[in-house]
Amino acid sequence: MGGMSDPFSFNAGAVESSYVGNLGEAFRRFGEQDEEVLLVSPDLGAGPVTGAFVQQFPDRFIDAGIAECNAMSMAAGLATYGYKVFVLQMGAFGALKCAEQIRTDLAFTQLPVRILSAWSGLAMGFFGTSHHALEDIAITRAIPGLTVLAPADDNAATAMLAASEQVNGPVFIRLTDANVNPVYDEPPAIVIGRFGRVREGSDGTIIGTGLGAQLAVGAADLLAKEGLSIRVLDAYSLKPLDEAAIVEAGRDTGAILTVEEHLVAGGLGSAVGEVLARNALAVRFAIHGLPDETLTVGMPDELYRHYGLTIEETARRMRTLVAARG
Amino acid sequence: MNAKVSNQLERLREVDAMELAERSRQLRLDILDVISHAPMGHYSSSLSCAEILVTLYHHVLRLRRGEPGWPDRDRFLLGKGHVAVALWPLFAELEFFPGSWLQTFGKLDSKLTDHPDMHRVPGIDFSSGSLGHNLSVGLGMAIAARRRQKDHRVYVLLGDGEIHEGQVWEAAMAASHYRAGNLVAIVDANGSCADGPTESVMSIEPLTERFASFGWLSIEVDGHDPQALMDAFAQAMMSGDKPVCIVARTLKGKGISFMEASPREWHLGALSGEDLEQARREIRGAK
Repeated sequence: MGGMSDPFSFNAGAVESSYVGNLGEAFRRFGEQDEEVLLVSPDLGAGPVTGAFVQQFPDRFIDAGIAECNAMSMAAGLATYGYKVFVLQMGAFGALKCAEQIRTDLAFTQLPVRILSAWSGLAMGFFGTSHHALEDIAITRAIPGLTVLAPADDNAATAMLAASEQVNGPVFIRLTDANVNPVYDEPPAIVIGRFGRVREGSDGTIIGTGLGAQLAVGAADLLAKEGLSIRVLDAYSLKPLDEAAIVEAGRDTGAILTVEEHLVAGGLGSAVGEVLARNALAVRFAIHGLPDETLTVGMPDELYRHYGLTIEETARRMRTLVAARG
Repeated sequence: MNAKVSNQLERLREVDAMELAERSRQLRLDILDVISHAPMGHYSSSLSCAEILVTLYHHVLRLRRGEPGWPDRDRFLLGKGHVAVALWPLFAELEFFPGSWLQTFGKLDSKLTDHPDMHRVPGIDFSSGSLGHNLSVGLGMAIAARRRQKDHRVYVLLGDGEIHEGQVWEAAMAASHYRAGNLVAIVDANGSCADGPTESVMSIEPLTERFASFGWLSIEVDGHDPQALMDAFAQAMMSGDKPVCIVARTLKGKGISFMEASPREWHLGALSGEDLEQARREIRGAK
């Protein structure tokens, strides 16, 4: 076998779960239908998400070179002229390095820039802890005026392109690289501020985001065979959060497990916990994510198994939570 | 291209250097007045860029009086956002907002904040406050204007301490790469940072050569000489596809002796009583 590969297909051929989706083609078509769409990226434009667009519309791609902050602020300037600007950033660097540009230049100004945050979570786990992208939900959901979306799979990501047009201000779209157990057969209807209710159930609820939603569906289907009826909410809208769906799930099912490919500090679990506390809901509640420590390194599938981001472990935790009822 | 309208202010409009000098003196007095309504204000770094701002708003920029959102205006971004107080009197004079707003500076919920907010103040083309961002934003605007086939020019005023920010150099590299000949940076090189002289805090020299080496047309002028500034801005119009950096050598606290002597102490402060009167006398006397 040859040793060469596309420089952006980091996991292709090496990881069973690697993302090989239709988003790139969807983004190309999106750009084809609307010539106001521009792309800015720090030396990542030729990758799988935007490569087809860049190839067809090279003059609508503004490469910032390896300068993430400059890319974000330039996008703001372009947006003041009415362009629909997308910024493709690497998950590990976009939100962390550019948190302040996102807040000051995009969110305070309410400019309609869409940040595609690719290779989120442990997608680049092989490359070292520097490439883990596990703090971005915590960072972005703390920024007023920013909308934060996290599609569960390729079909959901495709739907996010059009859905982002519902929002006047900036949107951060956290793309998952994982394709463990796709949630949707076709691009779903997306309503900003709502969760997708993808499984009905009354014994407990799993709320997942990104890969977490894939695991939630898999776990619910596994537990159904044991006679447990588990509701699954796809938390694709992290900010604004679907507070009503969380409260309803707490009241209806009495047990909530959250699942995310993100640190347990500040992510989906924290957000759901805040809602439960604010509403004084005494439900059994657990957060399943990555521990608040420096993580180890490996291929994504190995890391998912190592840290229990699997359907089996998600099911085990939900089973425990349900069994704890009085 | 634009129909002649009575409120139109054309680029490089006729004005003599004496008038700009007089307007700069008035702006310095206005800065003292506006800050006097607030608990404190940025004095010395506002005073250093008075001639630069006056030359831009009374000579260089294509604008419309009373129409701050006119789409075909030239853009101005205040990278060194802490001197917004020096813009407010100019904007009131251009009828971008009522003059009565000036007395609200520094009051709770005033539109006129210490750093400029584009959603609060008509005429602010982009918010600032975090140093180092606005050259990148201005480059985005310059590229967008060209894509829209507009002849807009984009001006960004930077502080010399702001030059320390790495993002400025990311933007400098990108601006020459994208041949943004419609982008002009002006560095208010007043030589002073919060910790001391800029050269002792973090050397930025040779500044003019550094911008030139990044592919910019780099022009060095006396930033308190309106004629020199007018000449530099005229030269900047003929840079072809090169972005232009005007390094304006200035004095922090210019016009007030005790601020010129201790520019750091008067970076942020509150003048009152005899000090305020002395400051006014000195500015009025500088003819």
